[in-house]
Amino acid sequence: MKSAEVAVIGGGPAGLAAALAAYEAGAKEILILERDAKLGGILQQCIHNGFGLHYFKQELTGPEYAARFEERLLGASIEVLTETMVLELSKDLTVTAVSAKEGYLQIQAKAVVLAMGCRERSRGALLIPGTRPAGVYTAGLAQRLVNMEGLLPGKEVVILGSGDIGLIMARRMSWEGAKVKMVCELMPYSSGLSRNIVQCLQDNEIPLHFNTTVVEIHGKERLEGVTIARVDEKTKKPIVGSEKFVPCDTLLLSVGLIPENELSLQAGIEIDPVTGGARVSQERQTSLPGVFACGNVLHVHDLVDNVSEEAEIAGAAAARFAKGQGKQGREIPVRAAGGVRYVVPQRVFAREGEELTFYFRVGAAYRPAKLSVLSGGKQLLSRQKAIMTPGEMESVRVKLSKPVDEIILIVENT
Amino acid sequence: MFDVLVIGAGVVGCAVARELSRYALRVAVAEAGPDVACGASKANSAIVHAGYDCEPGTNMARLNVRGNAMFGALCEELAVPLKRTGSLVLAFSDEEMESVRRLYESGLKNGVPGLKILDAEACHAMQEGLNPEVKGALYAPTGGITSPYELTIALFENARQNGTEFFFESPVLAARAIEGGYELDLGQKMLQARYVVNAAGLYADQISALFGDKCFKIHARKGEYILFDRAVSGFAKTVLFQAPGPLGKGVLVAPTVHGNAYIGPTAVEQADKSDTSVRREAIDELSKAASRSVPTLPLRGAITLFAGLRAMPEPHDFIVGLSPKNPRLVQAAGICSPGLTSAPAIAEEVAKALSLAGLDLEEKTGFDPIRREEKAFREMNGDERAAAIAFDPAYGRIICRCETVPEAEILRAIRATPGVPTLDGVKRRARAGMGRCQGGFCSSRVLELIARERNIPMEELTKSGGRSKLLVGRTREDDE
Ligand SMILES: Cc1cc2nc3c(=O)[nH]c(=O)nc-3n(C[C@H](O)[C@H](O)[C@H](O)COP(=O)(O)OP(=O)(O)OC[C@H]3O[C@@H](n4cnc5c(N)ncnc54)[C@H](O)[C@@H]3O)c2cc1C
Ligand SMILES: Cc1cc2nc3c(=O)[nH]c(=O)nc-3n(C[C@H](O)[C@H](O)[C@H](O)COP(=O)(O)OP(=O)(O)OC[C@H]3O[C@@H](n4cnc5c(N)ncnc54)[C@H](O)[C@@H]3O)c2cc1C
Repeated sequence: MKSAEVAVIGGGPAGLAAALAAYEAGAKEILILERDAKLGGILQQCIHNGFGLHYFKQELTGPEYAARFEERLLGASIEVLTETMVLELSKDLTVTAVSAKEGYLQIQAKAVVLAMGCRERSRGALLIPGTRPAGVYTAGLAQRLVNMEGLLPGKEVVILGSGDIGLIMARRMSWEGAKVKMVCELMPYSSGLSRNIVQCLQDNEIPLHFNTTVVEIHGKERLEGVTIARVDEKTKKPIVGSEKFVPCDTLLLSVGLIPENELSLQAGIEIDPVTGGARVSQERQTSLPGVFACGNVLHVHDLVDNVSEEAEIAGAAAARFAKGQGKQGREIPVRAAGGVRYVVPQRVFAREGEELTFYFRVGAAYRPAKLSVLSGGKQLLSRQKAIMTPGEMESVRVKLSKPVDEIILIVENT
Repeated sequence: MFDVLVIGAGVVGCAVARELSRYALRVAVAEAGPDVACGASKANSAIVHAGYDCEPGTNMARLNVRGNAMFGALCEELAVPLKRTGSLVLAFSDEEMESVRRLYESGLKNGVPGLKILDAEACHAMQEGLNPEVKGALYAPTGGITSPYELTIALFENARQNGTEFFFESPVLAARAIEGGYELDLGQKMLQARYVVNAAGLYADQISALFGDKCFKIHARKGEYILFDRAVSGFAKTVLFQAPGPLGKGVLVAPTVHGNAYIGPTAVEQADKSDTSVRREAIDELSKAASRSVPTLPLRGAITLFAGLRAMPEPHDFIVGLSPKNPRLVQAAGICSPGLTSAPAIAEEVAKALSLAGLDLEEKTGFDPIRREEKAFREMNGDERAAAIAFDPAYGRIICRCETVPEAEILRAIRATPGVPTLDGVKRRARAGMGRCQGGFCSSRVLELIARERNIPMEELTKSGGRSKLLVGRTREDDE
């Protein structure tokens, strides 16, 4: 059995930043376990610009952003095992992994950072009826095929879901000479970043249809078309009579990401049903002491910059925990209310004078939006913003003057 | 000239081929599709039925009960999963309790062992989350579940290992009587055989007609399903039927041998024998019907929809045996449910019919009934995994993360797939792509492995043969 002070599962941007922060916080034996042949996670296939505007104040591509962190690894004594897949995490922090080179590995860790990212929701989860032909892909898989393998999945494309990956792939497929007929979005708004709607769709004259979904898939062998329909804004049910057949050979699905928490569930870690990630404290510690989580495995982020920041918190805290310096305090729950769909962290250790950042998302568009942070019947903070949409993660810094009661975040229309 | 040509490589055709491979015969199987298990045998309920619901005295009743009794030994020999979960037929009213009692009676007539009528309490003890209105149930301990496509693949591999020849993408198009047998047109080639076994599923009536027997018709009845992620599948620990009642036959709630649960099937009559699409209405129909058995179904944990077509014979019974119109044609036709369960018994009776028709069944030496399968990586313990990787490092490269399938197993599946392996063919052999992400992560990696292993450009690979190409070409940068 190997041992490690901090074992980091996943070598995407979250894992990299967490490992580096653990190193800077004084941890000695740090190990990154990554199932892919290369570090960088999903960034490897994101060859477009738009990473690092906040963190590096510079526009980088995905691989460039990852490279900045990988360079820093060289100076730090951090062991990296690639092509190594973690299969199990036990309650006593034993990590079990396999790799062709190292064989069957067991690592006893003092602290573990979960940084496994997320996976895409597939057609099945949406229960789209019809046939099961070739030509239906998740947008991320199509991105991998195009950007990493140089392969084109199709020529006449419909995209379901206006999340960022869908938008980016709409542009990529048009650039590759495919005809992107439309992007359909079930909601009355896009969950993607506004800059992507402009740069990816408008600049390429690709129509975006809100309150619209795909209700049937046609074609026995290869996809031949989809039936789209408008949906009722409230019930989300297709409106009878609004169906339209759209011929296409490819359907790309960009309908949401699901944090990859199979390992966390195995270890009995408590999951927030809204985020799909672990419930964590301000140090990103999960319900299993010594296990921390950050990045897309904790909650889905739009911007990698936020991932890096969050991972640094988790990595440094993991290093402190490994050295027996885990901070404590009275635990207070954090609750989402009104328009707020979720808040991370979900609980905090109240410590006099500590300034905390809460990340949250709203469940619908608010324009203008009024955010209030309450505790013990008192308002800690109130703020106005021109618009808040589900597509963009919001954050707020709050100073806790003294140990308080349950903290509540509320967003309302004004 | 072959002694026997079997038409169709579903579970029935493959079971017949494997049975005939015990004897000193030259046997061929002609299959229209690119692989075995392309028809009903890949998409069905996977239940090894006990046999209480078939009309006593029918072929179905006899072959079901006999097939069920043969299943254990067969799955053992062929290393195919079988779980005797037992099955319940739930009743929700006094009327339905009556029909449960009638099933019990017909079960006794059919010779089904171990049947019992359970009270509500005993039902709830067997399965948490049942509808509190359950009045009681018929319990059949011999009911079970298997993996229909794995069984078909195993029968195929064992038959081939014992000398049977298989021809894929070889639809039987025409037949001409010749001296001592028939000449068959398989499109790309001609083939001669002394006897023909018709196991062509939905198309068995057309095949039969080629040989002058028009005694029956087959029509398609679709069955649609919703499959659930393992993580939410605890609601189906045993097979839950519903008592036949005024609301029809009801739908099943059942586990699979791989730990998933499903609800289904529907029953939709249709003229088109190739339409396996899932209708829009199916989702509501299924969840409504299934929630009678289990009121809180985790629909958000669904991972896929699928449908299969039952080959419904008219008149309604399995047609097994020598054709009354043609002494060289043996039928294994109209094999709707419980055809999977009955397949081993059908194969036995087909062999008998061939012998009656004049074919010599001489047991050959060297017939090996055992199919040797490596234990699946996902079922290994730590020591076994360590040993497997030490033996072959390709066990250390996990390709399908949801089902924990290593490269070693994908390569084995590629090598075992006839012709040009399809994505679906590899999936059915290695389980890669069957999990919660439905291939989102592994399919491009599996394609790469097929391309590398068979030295075929990725753009030429298909999902399921024919025109089901997965890619249309290379990107622009690559052209330059
Ligand atoms: C298609 C796409 C486009 C995007 N575009 C932008 C953009 O333009 N700008 C921007 O700022 N952000 C963008 N993002 C968001 C940003 O890239 C992600 O938020 C960020 O990559 C998340 O980092 P992560 O480390 O949490 O997850 P990932 O990058 O997914 O990394 C997770 C890593 O964990 C590994 N792993 C998982 N399970 C295991 C296991 N069991 N054992 C070993 N290793 C494991 C994976 O292989 C992977 O390398 C985009 C995201 C996607 C998906
Ligand atoms: C929805 C549903 C649920 C079911 N549930 C159960 C169950 O729970 N338990 C149970 O015991 N049974 C069940 N069954 C029944 C069982 O699946 C079938 O009885 C069984 O699979 C039939 O096998 P087969 O080989 O006859 O047909 P198929 O698997 O359909 O095979 C026929 C083959 O013949 C080939 N073929 C057709 N025409 C030609 C030609 N001209 N030349 C060459 N090849 C040809 C086809 O390509 C096909 O591969 C169910 C069936 C369905 C559809």
